[in-house]
Amino acid sequence: MTAPHAEGTAGVVGTPINRVDGMLKITGAARYTAEIPLEGLLHAVMVTSTIARGEIEEIDTSAAEMSAGVIRVMTPDNTPKLESLEKYQREGGKGTGGSGGGRPTGRALSLFQDKRVEYNGQPIALVIADSFEAATHAASLVRVKYRAETPTIEMASALPSAYPYTQKVLGREPPATRRGDLAAGLAAADVRVDEAYTTPMENHNPMEMHATIAAWDGDHVTLWDSTQNVYGVRGTIAKSLSIPPENVRVISHFIGGAFGSKGSAWSHVVLAAMAAREVGRPVKIVVTRRQMFGPVGGRPHTVQQVTLGATRDGTLTALRHDSTSSTSTLEEWLESCVLATRILYDCPNEETSHSLVRLNVGTPTYMRAPGEATGLFALESAMDELAYALEMDPIALRLKNYAEADPESGKPWSSKSLRECYQWGAEHFGWSRRTPTPRSMREGDELVGYGMATATYPANRMPASAVACILPDGHVTIKAASHELGTGTYTVLAQLAADAIGVPVERIEVQLGDTDLPQNPISAGSMTVTSTGSAVHLAAMAARDKLVQLAVSDPESPLHGARHEEVEIIDGRLTRRANAPRGETIQSLLARHGGAPIEEKADAKPGDERQQYSMHAFGAVFVEVRVDPELGTVRVARALGTYGVGRVLNPKTARNQLMGGITFGIGMALMEHTRVDARNGRYVNADIAEYHIPVHADVPSIEVLFVDEQDPHVDPIGAKGIGEIGMTGVAAAIANAVFHATGVRVRELPITLDKLFPEMSIHSSNSPRQASPSRGFGS
Amino acid sequence: MHPFSFTTAETAAVALRLAAEDPRARYLAGGTTLVDLMKLEVERPTQLIDITALPLTEVTTLPNGALRVGAMVRNSDLAHNEDVRRRYPMLSQALLAGASGQLRNMATTGGNLLQRTRCPYFRDTAMPCNKREPGTGCSALHGENRGHAVLGTSEACIATHPSDMAVALVALDAAVRTAGPQGERVIPIAELHRLPGGHPEIETTLAPGELITAVEIPALPFAARSLYVKVRDRASYAFALASAAVAVDLDKGVVRDARVALGGVGTVPWRSRAAEDALHGKPAGAATYRAAAEAALAGAVPREHNAFKIELARRTLVRALTRLEANPA
Repeated sequence: MTAPHAEGTAGVVGTPINRVDGMLKITGAARYTAEIPLEGLLHAVMVTSTIARGEIEEIDTSAAEMSAGVIRVMTPDNTPKLESLEKYQREGGKGTGGSGGGRPTGRALSLFQDKRVEYNGQPIALVIADSFEAATHAASLVRVKYRAETPTIEMASALPSAYPYTQKVLGREPPATRRGDLAAGLAAADVRVDEAYTTPMENHNPMEMHATIAAWDGDHVTLWDSTQNVYGVRGTIAKSLSIPPENVRVISHFIGGAFGSKGSAWSHVVLAAMAAREVGRPVKIVVTRRQMFGPVGGRPHTVQQVTLGATRDGTLTALRHDSTSSTSTLEEWLESCVLATRILYDCPNEETSHSLVRLNVGTPTYMRAPGEATGLFALESAMDELAYALEMDPIALRLKNYAEADPESGKPWSSKSLRECYQWGAEHFGWSRRTPTPRSMREGDELVGYGMATATYPANRMPASAVACILPDGHVTIKAASHELGTGTYTVLAQLAADAIGVPVERIEVQLGDTDLPQNPISAGSMTVTSTGSAVHLAAMAARDKLVQLAVSDPESPLHGARHEEVEIIDGRLTRRANAPRGETIQSLLARHGGAPIEEKADAKPGDERQQYSMHAFGAVFVEVRVDPELGTVRVARALGTYGVGRVLNPKTARNQLMGGITFGIGMALMEHTRVDARNGRYVNADIAEYHIPVHADVPSIEVLFVDEQDPHVDPIGAKGIGEIGMTGVAAAIANAVFHATGVRVRELPITLDKLFPEMSIHSSNSPRQASPSRGFGS
Repeated sequence: MHPFSFTTAETAAVALRLAAEDPRARYLAGGTTLVDLMKLEVERPTQLIDITALPLTEVTTLPNGALRVGAMVRNSDLAHNEDVRRRYPMLSQALLAGASGQLRNMATTGGNLLQRTRCPYFRDTAMPCNKREPGTGCSALHGENRGHAVLGTSEACIATHPSDMAVALVALDAAVRTAGPQGERVIPIAELHRLPGGHPEIETTLAPGELITAVEIPALPFAARSLYVKVRDRASYAFALASAAVAVDLDKGVVRDARVALGGVGTVPWRSRAAEDALHGKPAGAATYRAAAEAALAGAVPREHNAFKIELARRTLVRALTRLEANPA
């Protein structure tokens, strides 16, 4: 099964080849944004606010300007006004919606156009110097006087100010929905669950901090940027600076982790371009670890009320999910918590809604499985509570309400293997060993808990383009302005092209991350493979067709006169299927035709199938936790996920994505929590010693299983995308396992020991049945 | 980072002279605290005196049976030292429970003792902090104080001492050997760290320029039965929410002698003589251990977010004593 470098012959798609860029990365030859060497490069460091709300009264930059090596200090006092923003303001622009509405900067950025401060840590000045050290030191010398106002920081006290979100969610889904008659459904229920679940603010902490280098050449600017969206950055720079998009080139060859935080062009990106223009030299900004908390997005706080009603046999009669999430005072950004709820269970009476609360914090953004990760924590915890209330197995409850078609739209699924995921996962995990009563399983001195939850994520796809170029030396170049976030994009695109054309994967060169290449969407929403992969497949197939056409119509070719479909290309050699010895290589064929490459471009976009089918990936995640009954420490002992995600292009990188997702889920369940000082909005744990994510010792054996799923509708390559589904459901599965282990239901993430042991102590060493605040059932 | 000069001292005498000449100089050993705080602008030395070349890297047994540990012995080396593992298991365990492998490879014995608090307000120059800037106020008193101390606090400071190693060393009654402008002296470790009181900026009793040269751990045969238990928010690379270093001398089921120290809950590495007294002469067992735990936390003062630490520390101590009894080393 594992041939590290399977040759193209039998098809390299679906085999677990090593990353094609692996050697570059482990030897340090892969160059990340902050490492790009440029002649005359200057270094800039952002100065950030130390109050959460108010007005800058005075910025004293005299000491900073006198400091050695300093070239310029940009502040609201001396930064040129951006015509684009002035026009936007004049026209009454008020940014709404996650896409930024009509705002030229996309997101609401801090570009020193005014003296307002709306969160603690907001960029308010930029020090440009000839070294990073000089800029850092001078930044510490900038003195700021504020006229401070009382900020709104805490979600709990701000909840009364929540207001309904009224825009389309993600530009396509209604903000709130209603089907059937919820009140009637609740009245018909024998058992009800009605609880609030909360998730805290979190911040992405990829290894690589955001970085941008901007260099102008006349009225053209090139940006090297650690971004998930080179064309998006180009658009933002062009609109903000009022220059034509063709004057902007954005390059992003390697990204050291992003998870959504690099999906938008944040303040430092535009500031780098503004600064480089001001000083007439290239300027680099690397965001500091502390600046990762606030200026570049994060996951908002959510408070979610879930109401379930069911008849005694487990049939759902009512489902309500109302989510309130925090956003900033600068911009509306929505965590779309209830979208998964709308499609997961076949419940006739359902209501969902989204509301927002404005806080003086940095604007939130997409963080791995935005909406699904948070929403499923609430829904799948509530389903577990319902299973206990019904004295029913949680898998049986989910199967009882299995949605055979999309319950919201009524459309058939393009494919769905959730039933198999539940059953197969339960079998491999050993779910039948679970005795359902809380506190009924022990290993040595520790309490053991099993928990499970459903995972789901939409199979998104957007228009994408790619060029495939077959070179006279038999190599192939693939060009697409998509991105390598560490996910394996270079590798799987090379695999797709290798199989489509019939050359070994070693002869494929993939070029990504450059606006000089064909346009591709943001690498987010788990849609790089579905979008860019489809375009690469189609472009490579088109190039192959042209190559075959050339051979069969060439009297000098051994393939002359063959029918198209008779021709096979294996290892770069064209033959007739029936007569393999007669054939020729790509090199010899192209040499006879003037040595010109064959180049084909494909534009791939979703079509009618999206109107005909509902497209989602599904999975089931199972975890075993160990809880210390006195100390309340929780460790995940093992985790297993089963997934139906369409065609798996590379089981190795795919497993890596899903294991990473599950690991992220462990962090969400047990650790991640951005702590903000309620008095002044200061991010308190703004470093990775204090902001906890799992370390190796926290990550147990993780098993990932794929259901063999054929999806002829989702896209031309049959793949659904796997970047995010791995982290969905995990937090609920862990919370459910913790309840099973301890009898304590934690509805507020993260599950830290201080939330567990005070309650556990009430019934320490008592019998299991007494231990459970909810009704246990026979074991 | 503020500009500074860098000097390498080949001998302790040179180091002392350099420090005497420049009151804003700092000794640089492993750098795991100092360099970090310099990047944050919390520490702004004018000069770093590199002492890593000083010949203070030996671990030797003295004629009186005490173990002398040179100040420059790395945490990793000390943790794996055979004498330490055999005679003072809780010290080895405390070291290995701290930081990460990379940090332990750099951090030194002397430096670990002078490790500074992880209080986020101390580490953020934008926030008031009495320890960093005397008289500005304590941001943690009414702020995010989940990680803060409940023992030894004052209205001026509730910052937790972060060291694991020092907790084991106070339990062992170690002595700190120093060289200073007035010559050499020995400071009992219990007198090294100062409670914050009204002056949290003064953390130790060391004189300006005084250099730790060694730590001496007295012979304590019953410490061969000792244990360090650390409770934290993740399995590794996290500071203690509560920890306990315990050594117990049992005679026919009765506690003849005991050493108890707590970490993660005190403003200094917290030796609990109250707990030791509660154990003394009592039969080993749950009731005695719980009584010792109650005694250890008797004076604890909770704040808004850290009240859980009081009960957690009690249970951590009970756990350490129980486990020590069950699995004598």
